[in-house]
Amino acid sequence: LPEYLFPLHFFLLFLLPFKSCSNVEYDYFQYHPMEEISSWMSQMAKQYPDVVAIVDYGKSYENRTISLMRIGLKSDTKKKAIWMDCGIHAREWIAPAFCQYFVRQILQTYKTDAKMEAMMTNMDFYITPVLNVDGYMFSWKNSSTRLWRKNRSPGPSGDCYGTDLNRNFDANWGTIGVSSDCNSDIYPGRGPISEPEAQAVTYFVGSRKEDFLCFLTIHSYGQLLLIPYGHPDFTASNYNELVFTSMHVGEEAAEAILKVHGKKYRVGTSPAVLYPNSGSSRDWARMQDIPLTFTFELRDNGTYGFELPQEEIQPTCEEAYSGALHIITYAHDKTFNGAAATAAALWTTFMIVILVDGVYH
Amino acid sequence: MGLRRAIVLVALMEVTWSLNVTTIGPETVSTDASAHPEPAEENTEQKEAAAAEEDVMATGELNPNHYPAQRAAKLVQHYLNARYGSPYKLFGLKEVHSGNAEEVADSGRKYQLEISVHEIISNTKEKCSAEVFFPSGAKQLSPQVQVSACEEILKLDAKSEEQALYQQYKTNKTVRTEERLPDSYGHIDPEMTPFWHLSIVASSFIMLKESTENTLYNVAQVANITQLATENDQLKFDCHVLLHEMVSQEIPQWKLLFTWSPAEGVKVLHTEQLPHVHEFEKRAKPN
Repeated sequence: LPEYLFPLHFFLLFLLPFKSCSNVEYDYFQYHPMEEISSWMSQMAKQYPDVVAIVDYGKSYENRTISLMRIGLKSDTKKKAIWMDCGIHAREWIAPAFCQYFVRQILQTYKTDAKMEAMMTNMDFYITPVLNVDGYMFSWKNSSTRLWRKNRSPGPSGDCYGTDLNRNFDANWGTIGVSSDCNSDIYPGRGPISEPEAQAVTYFVGSRKEDFLCFLTIHSYGQLLLIPYGHPDFTASNYNELVFTSMHVGEEAAEAILKVHGKKYRVGTSPAVLYPNSGSSRDWARMQDIPLTFTFELRDNGTYGFELPQEEIQPTCEEAYSGALHIITYAHDKTFNGAAATAAALWTTFMIVILVDGVYH
Repeated sequence: MGLRRAIVLVALMEVTWSLNVTTIGPETVSTDASAHPEPAEENTEQKEAAAAEEDVMATGELNPNHYPAQRAAKLVQHYLNARYGSPYKLFGLKEVHSGNAEEVADSGRKYQLEISVHEIISNTKEKCSAEVFFPSGAKQLSPQVQVSACEEILKLDAKSEEQALYQQYKTNKTVRTEERLPDSYGHIDPEMTPFWHLSIVASSFIMLKESTENTLYNVAQVANITQLATENDQLKFDCHVLLHEMVSQEIPQWKLLFTWSPAEGVKVLHTEQLPHVHEFEKRAKPN
């Protein structure tokens, strides 16, 4: 090579680490800190500008932005919506990993899968990869903070930290499965939706509640699909119908999960299968009349618990995707296919009448 | 007349067609249908509604997927680990098949369970029968566990690996952890894995003793494990473990002093619960 090219060669090598993110594959099977998740979100919005939009819908206690990804194809008709949030509990790292995987999956499949394309045309997916931003970042601080669960707002006397966000929603708030001790990991806060993170979800979903067909909130661990309500004595109108349908759909979702890697997920109400609780986001969502609301508790069953090995991220995401997709597809088909199918049936009937009439005469 | 017959036929076909195509959902299920659901769903529905009664202690036949049987079954896991666990033998609860609970007059409650147990390292599974007894009364006595029909999984032989490890650490090497087990990413250094297992086995003594019908324990993480001088041919360890209690969602912390050898298994010498860590919280500043 000509001598004058050598410095240029080294100069280009020096530039390599500064290549734009889009050329470097995002590793969905490793855990990512908040900064990496945020830049991944921006990157996805840039890569899919007509499909993905970032919506900032709140602020955490420590004044960080809470963002979701709205994913859907343009449509002239009024769209319905699917809600999914991950990382409401800081230490459940597999949950944000699943949200990111879910986003990747739907963006990869809609171009070749007609069903996914139809769903993304009829519905928008609202996905929050990390809801409890402060808590998640705190759990990354060092090894002694890894098992933090709550948010980071200070308690009433300032000498304890954190409210359990999944006890803070306005759904039988503070009645069962909580502790008034601010140090407790199930401290529900000063009052219902006292926490900005819970307020963000309440205002965003609440102001659009008629649009939502499905509300999924992702946790770990325990391998469970939980349906409302957390309070054992609470029933609402249509309660039996609700349980009947949710159990039916939930059991089918668990079957779909089992088929992927043979992992058994148990299905039921919280007080039956796990423990009674109150103030959960899932219960609040159901009280807004969102028809299908589930809590997913992902792998494992306690062997590794919250520190699920990175090698298990892929199989966990694959099975959970299968389960979530079943519920979402059911919610979609109930709203969108029903009308089309009835029209097809009527048309077929009409044609048969004409035919038979012809045959008899 | 032909046309009338045709219309009847067509009407029947349309009804059949619609039923096949429309999926069942709250809007389409009439109140009649929900009052007479298919048998399988009816059982589940009744059981879900009956969940309200479970805060009064469940008695009689138990739903194997519900928490009373699951919590009792977890104790069988802790018992098997405490009694038979080793650096190369660790048990997990795989599934609960059936369960039954009854009051034992004035002394406590007894569960009878059919479960599947799983030896994690060899990845073998076996069905077992077990009895778990929760004593009542003010004294806070430990639960009692008895296991039967589970011989194969307990006979699993890891003796050569256990001997090799024992010899290696009796004289030549010493364990002192640098990282928590597992670390934040779920990773464990392969050389540390047998000591992670040992810590879980030792912790099982605590989890068994501390359990009630209102708790569900797992080991969340081993903060550290340090080998002390060998005593009476037993390897001796000091470890600090973080447990996870599912119902309260708390992370109780314990220090344990225990010994192990292939011949004697794990013997716990001393346990101490550490106070809930608040000090760190008081000094921690926002990120």
